[in-house]
This record gives sequence, C-alpha cells and structure tokens, in this order.
Amino acid sequence: MNVASRASRSASRRLDLAAGRVDLTHGAGGRAMQQLIEEIFRPAFDNPMLARGDDQAAFEVVGGRMVMSTDSFVVSPLFFPGGDIGSLAVHGTVNDVAMSGARPLYLSAGFIIEEGFPLADLERIARSMGEAARAAEVAVVTGDTKVVERGKADGLFINTAGIGVVPPGIEISGDRARAGDAILISGSMGDHGVAIMAHRAGLEFETTIVSDSAALNGLVADMVASVPTIRVLRDPTRGGLAATLNEICHQSAVGMRLDEAAIPVRPEVLGACELLGLDPLNVANEGKLIAIAPAEDAGRLLGVLRRHPLGRDAMVIGEVTADPARFVRMATRIGGERMIDWLAGEQLPRIC
Amino acid sequence: MKHLDEYRDAETARRLAASIHREADTDRRYRLMEFCGGHTHAIFRYGIEDLLPANIEMVHGPGCPVCVLPTGRLDMAIRLAKRDGVILASYGDMLRVPGSKGQSLMKAKADGADIRMVYSTLDALKLAEANPDREVIFFAIGFETTTPPTALAIEAAAKAKLGNFSVFCNHVLTPSAIAAILEAPAVRDLGAVEIDGFLGPAHVSVVIGSQPYEFFAEEYRKPVAISGFEPIDILQSILMLVRQLNEGRAEVENQYIRAVTRDGNLRAKQAVSRIFELRRDFEWRGLGHIPYSALRLKDAYAAFDAERRFDEPYIASEGNKACACPAILRGAKKPTDCRLFGSVCTPETPLGSCMVSSEGACAAYYSYGRMRERTQ
Amino acid sequence: MKIVALTGPETAKVSLGGIVKEISIALIDDPKPGDYVVLHVGYALAKIDEAEAERTLALLAAEGSDALAEFSAAGEATEAPP
Repeated sequence: MNVASRASRSASRRLDLAAGRVDLTHGAGGRAMQQLIEEIFRPAFDNPMLARGDDQAAFEVVGGRMVMSTDSFVVSPLFFPGGDIGSLAVHGTVNDVAMSGARPLYLSAGFIIEEGFPLADLERIARSMGEAARAAEVAVVTGDTKVVERGKADGLFINTAGIGVVPPGIEISGDRARAGDAILISGSMGDHGVAIMAHRAGLEFETTIVSDSAALNGLVADMVASVPTIRVLRDPTRGGLAATLNEICHQSAVGMRLDEAAIPVRPEVLGACELLGLDPLNVANEGKLIAIAPAEDAGRLLGVLRRHPLGRDAMVIGEVTADPARFVRMATRIGGERMIDWLAGEQLPRIC
Repeated sequence: MKHLDEYRDAETARRLAASIHREADTDRRYRLMEFCGGHTHAIFRYGIEDLLPANIEMVHGPGCPVCVLPTGRLDMAIRLAKRDGVILASYGDMLRVPGSKGQSLMKAKADGADIRMVYSTLDALKLAEANPDREVIFFAIGFETTTPPTALAIEAAAKAKLGNFSVFCNHVLTPSAIAAILEAPAVRDLGAVEIDGFLGPAHVSVVIGSQPYEFFAEEYRKPVAISGFEPIDILQSILMLVRQLNEGRAEVENQYIRAVTRDGNLRAKQAVSRIFELRRDFEWRGLGHIPYSALRLKDAYAAFDAERRFDEPYIASEGNKACACPAILRGAKKPTDCRLFGSVCTPETPLGSCMVSSEGACAAYYSYGRMRERTQ
Repeated sequence: MKIVALTGPETAKVSLGGIVKEISIALIDDPKPGDYVVLHVGYALAKIDEAEAERTLALLAAEGSDALAEFSAAGEATEAPP
C-alpha cells in the first residue's frame, strides 16, 4: 500500500462519537481539528456560511443600526433540567441582542474544551445549539475550538457573540426609564437558578422544575411591533430581578416601586428557595424579560405578552418613580415596605 | 404551602395592625426587643415596622450566633484551618466575617486553606468519612437550635470510631444572653438599655421550651411572648406584649404554640447533656464575659474537641474600634448610629459581624431598610 | 414541611411546595408520613401540633375586624407610606 492511500484511509476513519474523547490534537489546528468541525459542528449548525469553511463569515451589511453582544458560559452542571450549556449559550446571546429591540441574525461560537471531554457530550451539546439556533431563526456562522490540558477547564466553556439589526424608530436602552412608566415582567421569577441549584443540592421534585432557558426574540418582535414606545428591555439573568432593576435605576437615574404580590413565583421555586435559603428575586432567569413602557401603553403591552407562549404569566409589577437615591422599593405582601438591594457577593456560582 | 402561607396573609396582617394601633396606649412608649436574628431579618424583610404605631419601637437583640462570636474565636478557627492536613467545615455565614488583621475564612481559602461550606453537621461527617487521611474540623456555632445536631454528629463519630473528626465548639445559651441584657452590673459599664418586653426566639424555644423564660418574667417583671418566624406570628406576639404591658402582667406567653411546648424537645436536650457541659466563662462580642453561658465537650469526648486535640490558644482581640457592633448587639445603638454604617461598612465590605450575617441588624437594615432615612 | 416518607431509622423525606428533600428525624418522637415538622440545618426539631395550629388560626381570624373599621376611618394607612 502506498503512502497516499494509507493517508487517505486514516483520514476517512470517523470520530468515535460513542466512546471517544477530545484530546489535545483536536485543538491544534490540524487534521484532527478539521474532523471535529466537519463531523460535529458543521452538521449541528448546518448553514451555508459555515459550510464554506472560511475563518470568517461574510454577509451584506444591512442599513440602519446594528447591535452586537457577547457572553461566556461556564454553567455547571453542563446538562440540567430544561437545557444544557449549548442551548443556554444560544439563548443567552440571542436574548442580549434582542433586548435592544433588534432582530438577531448571526452568532459566533467559541469552544474551550478540556482534554478528555467525551465526544458524545460534545456532539449532544452541538446538536442542542443547532436546534436552539434554528428555533430562534439565527445561524451560527463562525466559530473556534481550543483544547486545554486536563484540569484547566471544567469540561467545557463556550463563548457566543451575536449581531442583530434594530428596526427603524425603535429606541430601547437602559437609560430611558422615566418616572411614571410601568414595569412589566414576562413570567415567573427564579426558575433557572433554582433548577440548577436544586439539581446540585440533590433535591428531588414531585413536579419537575425546569430551567426557563428560551430565545425571547420572537416575543420581543411582537412587543416592539405593537408598542414602539417601549423604553427599556432587559433580561434578568445573573443576580436576578433585583440586580437588573437596580442596574436600570442607576442608568436612568430613577427609583422604582414594586408590588410583591404581583410578582409571579412558582410554588416549587418558593419551596426550594425556603429550603436553600434563597430569595427568588436574586435568582437567575434565562427566558424572561423586564419591559418598561409609558403607563398609557402598559395595558396593550401586557396583552401582547400574554398572547405569546413565553409571556402567558406576564404581570405589571410596579412603576418607575422619581428618586434621586435610585432605590428600588417594594410593598411587601403584608403591607409593609422594604427595599430590594443589589446582592453582595456570589450567591450562586456557575449559574450560566 | 400549609403552615406557612396562612402566616403571611395580608388581610390578617391588616387586622392585627388595626388592633395594635387601637390598643397601644398613646401616653407611653413600648420598647420591645426581638432577641432572635431570624426575627430581625423578618421584621425588615416584610417591613413590619410600617404596620406599627410610632410609639412601639423594636429593639434588635443579640440572637445572631455569627454576630456574638468574639473575633478571637474566629481567629482560632482561621489558624486551625491553615494547619497542614486540615479541612475546616463551616456554615456559610461565617466565611466572610472579618477576623483580626484583615483575615477571614474566605481569604484563608483563597490563600490555599482547605475550607468547605456545609449546610449541616451530616455533611461534615461525610467529609471525614470520605477523607480518612485528613483532619476534618467542624466549626460549630449557634444557640440551642444547632447544638443538638452537633451533639448527634459527635455521637455518630464516636460510634463509628472516626479518628479524624473533631468539633471547634462555640455553642452559646440564650437565657444567659437575655440575663446579660437585663443584668444591671454587666450592662452598666457598657450603657444600659431599657427594654419593656421580649419577643422570644422561635426555633430555640422549640428546643428549650417556654419554661426557661419564666425566670426573667418573674424576676425582672418583663413580659415575654415566644413568637414564630412569620410576619403574622410576629404581629400577633407584639399584640400580646402590648396587652400584657397595658394590663401590668409579666408572664411568658407562647404565640408559637403549634411548635413550642413548656418542656421543649427532650430528645434534643438529652443529646446535648450527654455530650456537652457548661464552660465557666465565655466572652461574647458586645456583652462581655458571661459565666456559664457557653458549652464545651465533656472529657469523655475530648478526642473530638478541636481545642484540646490541636492545643490552639485563645487570644482576645478587639476588632475595629469604631465598629459599633457591641452596642448594637445590646440594643443600645441602632445601625444608623454607627459612624461606619453604609459608608465604609457595607455587605460588600463588612467591618463587623452585624453586617456580614444575614441575621445581623446592620445587614438587615442595609439590605431592606436603608431607604427609610431618605423618607424622613 | 410535610413528611412524605420515612427512609430509614433516622431519616425521612419532606416536601415543601413540591420540592422533596431528605432530612434527619433523629430528634423527634414517632414521626409519620403526613406529619408537618419544623426544620433547622437539616434536622426536624418538632412536629407541628395540628390542633394548636387550628387554635392559633381561629384566634387570628377573630382578631381585629372591629378595630379595622375605626382604624381605616381614622385615615391611618396600613399600607406602606408613599
């Protein structure tokens, strides 16, 4: 047998997706890495731009304003009820782009893989990303793969970046909230963080708690088309509703007043928070959004939210106030008042 | 959730508030101390003071085991954690408390000490079983609620002949702390505070029963209402105290009657008396030296006593001189009376234990109530 | 929280709002599925006495309705200050 046919035979040996593991050659830029891309990533993400095999993706620039966002994902465990690090990585960046009111178009995906990581898991995660991207009507058009020695990366880390286009006439930004505006949320608080924490703490469930990880761009498109006066959109991820509302208060130099009784929390989430000593307002969400809009448009916006599958439990939870101290105050369910503070320190590590 | 939601009901809260407003005598003040840190937390988290008339003042007590642990004892724990081969297991609250010289368990962990957060003594035992070549020390703190679990863990370790498990014991006693608040001599030097009545702790009372408080009610003529944790429990207990004071009674009333009996939990008390005995003396942050106020392991269990096993000395330490935790723990000062509060001392950068522990008055006020200054 | 099953001589599963967790029952007498317990650091400290709980709720239900009328009439708000 000559050298050429021996070489082509070894190149045609496919990856052992059932039992194989990632090793350092898969990140070295050579044939092994190509195989990883061709047999795992390209079929999973399945789009013409990626199929060209270039180091970059080229596309026509759309007129108007574009937005770009990036996020890294280090969630542990990698697979959890309701999702995995892959679908989370797609939803997270799609949502960050969508929170500007933009329509997300393209994503990049960078993988840092620990030596020894099972190929079966990598394939499952890549497929999950592909499905999430297709459901959100975006494409993963470019990416990167690195492999690091055992012990240098806890299984897998993913970075995604995304770009999108803002429809004309839409001005949505964290500094636009004004006294008198209504504050709405799209559904129940605390599902994602509790799904992760409860899984880690070995809690069981009579009824399953799943992460709410979801792409919100479809919902946002409906909202923005119906109510172009929306001032602020943001998804309350790490730090939960509490952190996100405080951020907005600081950006917009306003205060807020909420009604605790209006904030939906599922009974299982409440129960888990009681057991774990958590406050649902500080717990991450991965498929919910906060919307701030002029009071006169709140009713209409609520209707749009509730007509969408991801906004069925939407509520108006309070209003923006004039407050130089920028406090988020809340009427407690028994009729007293407290404030909602930024949380000190990392309450829940590696949640997204 | 049964036995929970009913005690968070808005309409019941309104009616209780209405009764309190009607019955509170406008010609007098009511200074009521909630002893327990869990009650302090609930009062701020639900905004209970907004439902009370202005002449009822809640004074925050020292019932926060993290808060009353003197700096010197925390320093000992840090030194133990830094020893070779040691795994220190600790409840989460203690990790960020500042010790002497800017140290803390969290910082020691970042420097390489093996410190693990546990939710229960059972986790610490499992650590010892899983790491036979390491010395596992459980950093035990708490009033009478956490002491029985520690006792059971030591018994289990003795039964399993675990040679690598020990407890650094800082368990303290509630009645001693209440006595210290009321006793003129100890408090005179540090500043006396006039308390009209006490909200008794919930879970501590489940263990020790309502009987131990009868001494205070009789001897010092102060009414006590043992209260559950929920906002309705607290409001109902406040109403009970207002009525006692109006009627000139000084009794122990048990609002938390669904969980507290006069004798308490005999099994738990027996487990504690099998393993522990009283220390002659123990220093408390904010309350000074109090005799017979804390526990240590009996000689029969010396092998499980980290202080004897590792011969670590206690070096008293003052902590930050401007920190008002000592006065705040006695109810003599409010968090806002402390020069450091909210400026240099915050939950992100705590200088004193009252700010670190979620049950500390400063942390509760900062996180839930500091907007109040602005409305004045 | 409610005991849903005994899992050993000293352990049981409890449920709260649909979440189930294993805890120690070493400190309470005669625990049975259906009992409600008070929990602290992974240990049940006491059973909730259903009869006493009923009495407490009855007292609460009877409290303050007459005071509420004069309270609201006096204009004192029971909601948080604006």
